[in-house]
Amino acid sequence: MTTKTKKWILSQAPWQTKDHEVTPEAIFNQRRSIIKAMGLGALGASLSGTSQAGIFDLFSDKAKIESASFVTSPLSFSPNANYSLTEAATPHKKVISHNNFYEFGTAKQDPAANAQGFVVDPWQLVIDGEVERPITLDYDDLTKLFALEERTYRLRCVEAWSMVIPWTGFSLASLLKKAGVKSSATHVAFETLHDPMQMPGQQSRRIGGGIHYPYVEGLTIDEAMNDLSFMAVGLYGKTLPPQNGAPIRLVVPWKYGFKSIKSIVRITLTSSQPKTSWNQLAANEYGFYANVNPAVDHPRWSQASERRIGEGGLFSAKRIATLPFNGYGEQVASLYKGLDLTKFF
Amino acid sequence: MRLMTKHLVWIKLLFHIIALSPIFILIMLVLSEQAGGDPVQYIIHYTGMGALNSLVAVLLISPIAKRFKQGLLMQTRRLVGLYVFGYATLHLMAFISLDLLFEWSLFIEEVIKRPYIIVGAVSFFVLTLLAISSFSLIRRKMAKRWQPLHNFIYLIAMLVPIHFYWSVKSEIIEPSIYIGLMLALLSLRLSTFKKMFQRFSTIVKPSNIPPSRAKKI
Repeated sequence: MTTKTKKWILSQAPWQTKDHEVTPEAIFNQRRSIIKAMGLGALGASLSGTSQAGIFDLFSDKAKIESASFVTSPLSFSPNANYSLTEAATPHKKVISHNNFYEFGTAKQDPAANAQGFVVDPWQLVIDGEVERPITLDYDDLTKLFALEERTYRLRCVEAWSMVIPWTGFSLASLLKKAGVKSSATHVAFETLHDPMQMPGQQSRRIGGGIHYPYVEGLTIDEAMNDLSFMAVGLYGKTLPPQNGAPIRLVVPWKYGFKSIKSIVRITLTSSQPKTSWNQLAANEYGFYANVNPAVDHPRWSQASERRIGEGGLFSAKRIATLPFNGYGEQVASLYKGLDLTKFF
Repeated sequence: MRLMTKHLVWIKLLFHIIALSPIFILIMLVLSEQAGGDPVQYIIHYTGMGALNSLVAVLLISPIAKRFKQGLLMQTRRLVGLYVFGYATLHLMAFISLDLLFEWSLFIEEVIKRPYIIVGAVSFFVLTLLAISSFSLIRRKMAKRWQPLHNFIYLIAMLVPIHFYWSVKSEIIEPSIYIGLMLALLSLRLSTFKKMFQRFSTIVKPSNIPPSRAKKI
């Protein structure tokens, strides 16, 4: 235990680069206790006993591992050359420790801290609604029913930061074809697991940021059948960690990140436009389409550029111009012909 | 126990330690990667909270001094007030350097266009004036004009939590609590506001303007 903890402290030293072998639970449990102790943030709280204990734990052997860290396992897949990028990928460590997943807390470091005990096996993913054959996939089906491929996509968050991530999975279209899309289907609705026991954000408005849970998202049928729409079961060649949406999530790279719904339990084909979570919360800020568009600002901040999270420390990030449809216009711009994208944002 | 001048240095030292320790904690959290894989938003939020909490602290001093008859505490207001400015400066610098990466055109555009950033910018501008005029020399030179300027702290007390409330995506509980807290702190000063208002109205009432000047108007 002692040696292990010491090793962890060494491996976390900031001057050591390229160390992807993190021991997440140690970091996360540490962080959890400190953040909790900090509570209201800076001034007064900082001198309380718990906070000090948290600080001193950093340098002591008492940094105990409270709960087992989530275990990811390698996947077998083949890279899809059509979806590779020349842009540098965001380091694995950053991809799994900077997440928006309000079910586990609203701060970026919360999901990694709070989701490590998340149970993904057993899992059930139901595909129903306007389909020929409703199907239910269980945990093993998610990685075994379809040939897995790796695609490297840009991910553009509505908050104007972005990453480049190698996902492993299969196309949404192949899944929908398996269920058989009826001609009456015009839209596809997605739903995240609702399990307040496991997801503290669903228990408390304070932790969950006031979203109406379960989180729901949606696409038009044409968007869903586009080859870019991807069901990811892994990233960086291994099964998804919970903070990134284990065991299965959507990735629609030409839309803002909140469209790429995580930990999906139900996909329902519908004959009308489904409700979507952020749109319900603030329709003037988040539209149904939510296509990445540098010409349409968020009412409270510019979408013209983005901070690309890449290798290196705090000051090494770059601000780059945001591209229409996040650079995927060639594949998807035709879906929106004749649609006023400033109105249907 | 009545606090004496000899205690003041210790009280100030304590306040410095309380106000500075979050900076060290932040540095440690960032270096040990406990502020997330990309701590930019974390740092911006953290330093913003530092400014807000210091603001709460500075507004608490005079009610506490009055309630417990510890007049000496009033002499710590400048110290704490300067920490409000210090954290606000760090907050602004973090936004400009870490988030906008020194893209000044974008910064100017955002300051002009975005209401919540305008509110923050106005607060920072006023805070800067208060910080500059806190030097004893300038304070003496300003004489009677000093207090009216520093009453703008009450404006800041409302603008800052509004800036916070406006900046979040959906997590409005915490900023709402701060708005309530500020209202409570301001409500303790109703008599001060009444006096301010009376003074203001005696200045502008036409009947109080000397006849010689009234003619000109």
